[in-house]
Amino acid sequence: MKATPIKRTGFSLALAALLALGASIAMGVGTSTPVFADDDPWKDIHRDVFDNREVIENDGVVELEAPYRAEDAAVVPLTMRLPASAGEVKRLTLVIDKNPAPVAASFVFGEAAGKGDRMLSTRVRVDTYSNIRAIAETADGKLHMATKFVKASGGCSAAASKDADEALANLGKMQIRTFTDAQAKDRSPAQREAQVMIRHPNFTGMQMDQVTRQYTPMKIVQEMDVKRDGERIFKMEGGISISENPNFRFTFAPGTEDAIEVTATDSDGKVFTASSAGKAS
Amino acid sequence: MDLHPRFGGNFREYFPSLKVLFALASLLAFTSPGWAIEPLPVREIAPGVFVHEGRYEIFTPRNSGDTSNAGFIIGRDGVAVIDTGGSPRVGAALLAAIRERTKLPVRYVINTHMHPDHIFGNAAFAGENPQFVGHAKLPRALAAREDRYLTINRELLGEAFDGTRILPPIELVKDRLELDLGDRKLLVEAHPTAHTDNDVTVFDEKTGTLFLGDLLFARHVPALDGSIRGWLALLDDLATRTNIKRAVPGHGPEQMPWPAAIAAEKRYLAKIAQEVRAKIKEGRTLAEAAETVGLSEKDAWLLFKEYHARNVSAAFAELEWE
Repeated sequence: MKATPIKRTGFSLALAALLALGASIAMGVGTSTPVFADDDPWKDIHRDVFDNREVIENDGVVELEAPYRAEDAAVVPLTMRLPASAGEVKRLTLVIDKNPAPVAASFVFGEAAGKGDRMLSTRVRVDTYSNIRAIAETADGKLHMATKFVKASGGCSAAASKDADEALANLGKMQIRTFTDAQAKDRSPAQREAQVMIRHPNFTGMQMDQVTRQYTPMKIVQEMDVKRDGERIFKMEGGISISENPNFRFTFAPGTEDAIEVTATDSDGKVFTASSAGKAS
Repeated sequence: MDLHPRFGGNFREYFPSLKVLFALASLLAFTSPGWAIEPLPVREIAPGVFVHEGRYEIFTPRNSGDTSNAGFIIGRDGVAVIDTGGSPRVGAALLAAIRERTKLPVRYVINTHMHPDHIFGNAAFAGENPQFVGHAKLPRALAAREDRYLTINRELLGEAFDGTRILPPIELVKDRLELDLGDRKLLVEAHPTAHTDNDVTVFDEKTGTLFLGDLLFARHVPALDGSIRGWLALLDDLATRTNIKRAVPGHGPEQMPWPAAIAAEKRYLAKIAQEVRAKIKEGRTLAEAAETVGLSEKDAWLLFKEYHARNVSAAFAELEWE
């Protein structure tokens, strides 16, 4: 087996057209109304985010893997799976019930997501012991949910960085990697696998600034559009619950070149782009 | 030598019953903390250099936050304290240990880094009006974590937490700072990101004693909250220094021979770095690495279960950017 080709990519940084951004910020899930303590915050989330639509639980359309006890509440790895039998899934929403903004992220899938066994992993902050939910909306408009309980605390107020200077110094730097079949987490022949990482502090707005004694303003990756050979794999709308240096590992349907292109937009309106050279492995 | 007559007689003459004695003791505990506090056990590892060995435990109400090493150095003109323990209660016991040995003023309180088990005792020294000394990045690191540190540790420590205040350093060390205790000089040195991004070491030139804070763990498994690459590089750098006679770890025995002291820690960190890099190359995930990397080190350390998987996660999140 050949050595791993890690495709490092240059990154470019440009100020986005602010008007175009306005709309996505207004709809951004990061700005969801905080849900205040209640015995079961899911009731409110179900009403506010899903209009109380029927949710089918544990029917195998979506699976969620999460550690029962988080080693580091600021970096809790989650994996969502959509088996081939799930059929077409339009949207996947990740909810952390007791986080200040419960909707951690939502992913809208495109053509290049494929229809085989699909997988999507990311890392999140978990503020307190909480249920975590993956809710898939299938093409027929039905909602399917898998839930895991995770013991963690302090993930949202936790300081952003182990090395605060480095976090900002490399803002927006991206790394895209496509995995060989042997390296893939899912070895389904119908799907390939890639990973996108972006250097970004993803400040939650709940971390204290020493000089001003004010909370450091929220600064997050709000949107990330990931394409293969020009076709969308998914578009992510993210909130404050996504960990520092957002990291997404996912499957996609093989294309002609398998070149991955990423456009990320943060809450300051900065746009970061990167692309991988394509089939090399 | 004869006892003072006042105490030489029958104790019961003065304290007719144990009940009264207890009542008096508890009254004193409230009105005059200095009286009721049991001094922290310390060992003089070199002339004028004292170290307390903390327990190998995480914070619990039972241990009052006495889970890390703390020390002090007595000079001609004053005392320098190096870390203050994990609660005001432990800090007060450390101060009592100092007062058993000297009346000299506490000139400096040096915090080796931001972690609560090394810094929560600061409040006990506020009344001594020392200069609080630390890494130039320590105030920022504390401010960013203050709310969380206070909330979480209030739960863990129970009553021992009472009176905890975060007292960040005023005297900031960007590179090096020399502190003069009259007949001996202490060199405080700020380091690049290693255990945390705010580690300092304290070197007592007179005795060749280096206090490493949590740059050095022994018996207690190392805890990574900074940069594994930075930590390994710093250990290599420190190992070349020839003027060090003994090392004081942040967790471990009161003193250790130099440079042998760092061998186990270096082996542990190097093994994690090597195995994590291999996992990344193989395409494994952070979660998989956390479950499989470094398990051969399991029996070599205390508190392995509490810290190891987290260390692997932190190393993975750092090394995947290489």
